[in-house]
Amino acid sequence: MTTAVADAHDTHEHHGPEKGIKRWLFTTNHKDIGTMYLVLSLIMFFVGGSMALIIRSELMTPGLQFVHPEFFNQMTTMHALIMVFGAVMPAFVGLANWMIPMMIGAPDMALPRMNNWSFWILPVAFGLLASTLFMPGGAPASGWTMYPPLVLQTGDAFPFLIFSIHLMGLSSIMGAINIIVTILNMRAPDMWLLKMPMFVWTWLITAYLLIAVMPVFAGAVTMLLTDQFFGTSFFLAAGGGDPVMFQHIFWFFGHPEVYIMILPAFGVVSEIIPTFSRKPLFGHDSMVYAASCIAFLSFIVWAHHMFTVGMPLSGQLFFMFATMLIAIPTGVKVFNWIATMWRGAMTFETPMLFSLGFVFLFTIGGFSGVMLAIAPADIQYHDSYFVVAHFHYVLVPGSIFALMAGTYYWLPKWTGHMYNETAGKLHFWMSTIFVNLTFFPMHFLGLAGMPRRIPDYSTQFADFNWMASVGAIGFGLSQLIFVYVLLTSKKGEKATDRVWEAPRGLEWTVPSPAPYHTFDTPPVKRVSEEAFE
Amino acid sequence: MLRKTLLSLSGLIWASAANADWALNMPRGITELSAETYDLHMMVFWWCVAIGIVVFGVMIISLFKHRKSRGAKPATFSHSTSAEVIWTIIPCIILLVMSVPAAETMIRLEDSRDPDISIVVTGYQWKWHYKYQDEGVEFYSSLALPSVKARFKDSGLDPFGVDHYLLDVDRPLVVPKGKKVRLLLTASDVIHSWWVPELAIKKDAIPGIINEAWFKALETGTFRGQCAELCGKDHGYMPIVIEVVEPDAYQAWVDARQNDSARLAQVEN
Repeated sequence: MTTAVADAHDTHEHHGPEKGIKRWLFTTNHKDIGTMYLVLSLIMFFVGGSMALIIRSELMTPGLQFVHPEFFNQMTTMHALIMVFGAVMPAFVGLANWMIPMMIGAPDMALPRMNNWSFWILPVAFGLLASTLFMPGGAPASGWTMYPPLVLQTGDAFPFLIFSIHLMGLSSIMGAINIIVTILNMRAPDMWLLKMPMFVWTWLITAYLLIAVMPVFAGAVTMLLTDQFFGTSFFLAAGGGDPVMFQHIFWFFGHPEVYIMILPAFGVVSEIIPTFSRKPLFGHDSMVYAASCIAFLSFIVWAHHMFTVGMPLSGQLFFMFATMLIAIPTGVKVFNWIATMWRGAMTFETPMLFSLGFVFLFTIGGFSGVMLAIAPADIQYHDSYFVVAHFHYVLVPGSIFALMAGTYYWLPKWTGHMYNETAGKLHFWMSTIFVNLTFFPMHFLGLAGMPRRIPDYSTQFADFNWMASVGAIGFGLSQLIFVYVLLTSKKGEKATDRVWEAPRGLEWTVPSPAPYHTFDTPPVKRVSEEAFE
Repeated sequence: MLRKTLLSLSGLIWASAANADWALNMPRGITELSAETYDLHMMVFWWCVAIGIVVFGVMIISLFKHRKSRGAKPATFSHSTSAEVIWTIIPCIILLVMSVPAAETMIRLEDSRDPDISIVVTGYQWKWHYKYQDEGVEFYSSLALPSVKARFKDSGLDPFGVDHYLLDVDRPLVVPKGKKVRLLLTASDVIHSWWVPELAIKKDAIPGIINEAWFKALETGTFRGQCAELCGKDHGYMPIVIEVVEPDAYQAWVDARQNDSARLAQVEN
């Protein structure tokens, strides 16, 4: 191994990136690929966000003003697919690409060519998915959950939907393999597993989740494909199949999927809070065990998405109890973050603000999660706006805030310059105010009886819908501040190597901006000790 | 279109001024089980509020006291096994306390034995069909005409001018007060879900499967709900209206419907 690395050095000692488009097409550099993942996910964030704004504009007042119901359903479906598979997941893979090798002292990802491929599949997948908007019958309109038999009523878009999901799955699985192989094989010599930073830990667990469930998802959609085109009846009652079986398979994927979107967020926040509290992360090992517990439990709670499908009583009770258990490790995480802040010396730069927003608002999403676990009450909440409020609380001020926090935190390391702190803080406050204005009233709507995925509603729901729509437009516009910060990110003062006052971790031992190649040789023990003690 | 938007906006302002009691919470409903469900919901809600006060309280104190600008010096502790054990065990106990009444209600919800009336509910794209098994009464129930007229884009009609916009049907489901009614739910095309918040019933109607739900209404009145499972383009336009009446009135209604169907059968022959 060592000699191979040495040989490679002899031939391309300190070579820089290629010029022009070839740099991006053929790159095997983890930093370039990380950048491409992040840029793609930002674009998808705005595409999916525009769809959300179409939804919220239509729902602003009762009556249909802008779109027809069929297009409305296409928007809810595409918004979800694009945000889940196009914005949140690739963004975390982008952070992983950039940061994991630098955090564990590795020169690059273990499988750099596969890394290139797993990225370049994604634009193709989303090109296919977006092209369905222009097909006869329109884009998929059955919700991102794609329940049969409804999904089989999709027009020409149907096989394109399935194929684009296969491609996304392929990309995720390759990304996950790459991350696992990198973490398990390329750590600095004295970085044993429990010494790894939390972001690396949570991504290791997430990668295993991805490998476990993406093939299941691929199988489920392939069964849809054969039901539609090859005469099988996996999910068709008329042919002896069972429509509910799809839901079981889907949510066996779907529940771990929600942890795939939140565990790396836990990791990012666990890096940032200690830095700005100037105090080590409280209970590092118990955080690792808690994340592992959450990952394990995620496999045995799937049917809590299905309390209304008519399961046997024993099944409902089992899934209710198992779901309630998740509150325990999740609580441990929140308590440990607060214990990290306790008796620290906090400052409130933008990454810290977003992390604090995360802890507050994710916890609110956690509370509604506990309420949803109570099966008899869930029967009332299910498929209402209460659920919409819940999962947007854990995904927007949850995953997305963590992504923002991570971007602000590591941006000076990437660009070599400090970003515009005033704009960053403005971005945080606007986002926080509007995200609550958007999603908090949805709790009330759901409890009062408004179902989700409807293009129009009765007049008693008008007030809160109007509020939510105003909030959504405000939230959308606030994200333009983020774009401004990114565009001006090289104009600020030069960043030091450590960037912040008291960060921990090997990524702060390399220069800012991080050179094209870092850790050509593994970090020496002294440096790494200082970095992760 | 702009006019319509403005109309609804002004209607909205009027509505908020006139109707100060916004529906904020789950209805308590009209059955024992809906009240139990409501109580469970409130119990978990207050637990969450209590935990929230403690957790956010500690966090806010920390945010104010332990800031560098106030000259705080960072401590160096990084773990405490006893703290970890405490905040693992306390949530366990709270969850245990919640789970017992939840399980009890769940068990009662599933007990649909010995019904007085059985009604087969079939979901169609996009209406409901009801069939009273022993009474020989059956009919479709679709969105009421005033809502149908106003629901389309550029209809020129203001939803605020329609009574129970999108929540009214041509023929409601009629059931007697105080009788155990069992619903047998299925669907003919895609999955639908029959949801009436006041009855605390939401059950999927699935093609090829017959699901059961039951209720015993304790109050008379008209109660409204909607399809809760995305079922295609008019998913938002298949409401449910149920009228709970005194047993005498119910019998009179059944007799009238039976006469109707007898006459209809004659005409058809």
